[in-house]
Amino acid sequence: MARLELCNLSKRYGDFHAVRDVTLDVADGEFLVLLGPSGCGKTTTLRMIAGFVEPTGGIVRIGESDVTLQPPWKRNTGLVFQNYALFPHLTVNQNVAFGLEMRKVSQSEIERRTAEALRLVRLEHLGERLPRQLSGGQQQRVALARALVFRPDVLLLDEPLSNLDAKLRHEVRVEIRELQRQLGLTTVMVTHDQEEALTMADRLVVMNEGAVRQVGTQQDLYERPADRFVADFVGRSTFIEGRIESPGLFRTEGGLTIRCNGAATGEASIALRPERISISPTSIAGVDNDLEGTVEFVSYLGAQVDIHVRISPRERLVAQIANRAGGFTPLVGDRVHIGWMSTDARVFSRSTQPS
Amino acid sequence: MAAAKVLGSRRYGWWLLRGAAAFSMLYILLPLIFVTWLSFFRQEIPSFPPEGYSLRWYQAIASNDRFVSGFLLSLQLGVIATAVGLSVGVPAALCLSRFRFPGREALNSLLLLPLMVPGVVLGMALYVSHVEVEIATGLPILGSLGGLLSGHVLVVIPWTVRLVLASLAGFDRTLEEAAQNLGADRWTTFRRITLPSILPGIVAAAMFGFVSSFGNLEMSLFLVGPGRTTLPIAILQYLEWKIDPTIAAVSVVQILLIGAAMLITDRFVKISRVV
Repeated sequence: MARLELCNLSKRYGDFHAVRDVTLDVADGEFLVLLGPSGCGKTTTLRMIAGFVEPTGGIVRIGESDVTLQPPWKRNTGLVFQNYALFPHLTVNQNVAFGLEMRKVSQSEIERRTAEALRLVRLEHLGERLPRQLSGGQQQRVALARALVFRPDVLLLDEPLSNLDAKLRHEVRVEIRELQRQLGLTTVMVTHDQEEALTMADRLVVMNEGAVRQVGTQQDLYERPADRFVADFVGRSTFIEGRIESPGLFRTEGGLTIRCNGAATGEASIALRPERISISPTSIAGVDNDLEGTVEFVSYLGAQVDIHVRISPRERLVAQIANRAGGFTPLVGDRVHIGWMSTDARVFSRSTQPS
Repeated sequence: MAAAKVLGSRRYGWWLLRGAAAFSMLYILLPLIFVTWLSFFRQEIPSFPPEGYSLRWYQAIASNDRFVSGFLLSLQLGVIATAVGLSVGVPAALCLSRFRFPGREALNSLLLLPLMVPGVVLGMALYVSHVEVEIATGLPILGSLGGLLSGHVLVVIPWTVRLVLASLAGFDRTLEEAAQNLGADRWTTFRRITLPSILPGIVAAAMFGFVSSFGNLEMSLFLVGPGRTTLPIAILQYLEWKIDPTIAAVSVVQILLIGAAMLITDRFVKISRVV
């Protein structure tokens, strides 16, 4: 295991910046997740770490050595591919043993460690099978065993769960995480699934358009999103557009006045988390924003209910309420009050946040 | 009523399909069946019904020097031409499938050209160029084994390129990345992962290349030298003088050899998956 460092890593294809100036420091044994929409550069970043994409700038360092110019086979990384990429003509045992063979490990050692790796992923009884005789979940575990068995410095996971069905995905998430912790593997995972990212990561990196937008823990990203993109991408937010007229006072495009935390005057947006908005048939005490609106849409999600409330001809907010026995559930067409504390809203000035 | 009608028309279509399939099979197999039947006739002039059956024509092959030496030459040509064709065709197919370069399409078409040009034209062109090169360099190319072989290589290459290209199209390149990630350099990756995956295509290519070389008549006619006759030419020459069942017997032997080769290869690699 080792520490992984990326310094100003960039990849340009002609005029297109696939990845720009990504700088990250992954601690020994840390589970880092690169999160972002498709095309944000997360996979290219991972492929640069593995050595399949040659960076146009920057450095990749694994442990103490600079591997930027090393071919993939000289870097000690274990990559789990999205489609698993198991060798179809080799048995499970031979697949797992491949990395050890390449490292010229003795035959008895290969057998011992292959068996151990398969035991770790609970597939010790399937060693003689061919990949096509396994289920998707089993193939995924073989791919994981194959990437772990030679004790890579860094484990790389490229959307490893996207080909599994929903139920299995939840199990495998926990399994991978436990294994990673147990073995103390420095791990970088790429995903576009934020729930997956939030459950598995020690730390997350949100990327968009080739650049890192924010690095932080789950709480950092959710409670203190650095910009509008992160606020939108991690969790849910509804945005109100408008401008800050004077410090603390925001006028929406629909003409409403809202109290906010922002000080710099000018064009801005306010992001609100649906679960931080209270909703009530009467006016709400203890909040510094209390608006009246009409319920336009109610979606029942089981544990919670989403209520879409029109507060002005141009603005609609989503409030989420817990589905409790005897709780207040408005109906479409009801007049309601909605309220929130200005400390629960995030203000993004549009002059500094072009997105 | 309506349901019965639909059912009726479906039955009709089913019989039509069976009929068409049976007719096609018969169309393909009938000549083979007749040739095989003919090869066992006892009389010298083929006529129906046969006067009796015998194996004498099969014995006649073995005692005919032209057939034996023609067979050996064709075998030799086929094997060498296939080997050379593969050593050119496999790398060519790899390049064509992996790299985008100017002139790629042109090269692709060029490599298929020998398949499209009629054998007579190909033979004529090679003959003329051999004459010209011989005049220019003084090297004895015309009618030489090397000249003949080069022509056969040309016949084999389109098959190797096309079939290996087809099997590469179905090959998942992330497997190569996986191997490299696990520590295999390029050559090891090719040997351990790529090659086994495209092996059926290579075997099929060898098979078809060999058969096309072995059976080539038109082009070879222009390139053989004195005393050097391939099996198809030996058959043609024999036919100019005689029409006895020896020819049928030779054909049956050829059919059996090629059929056996196909069956054996099919045991190891499923050719039907590639072609």
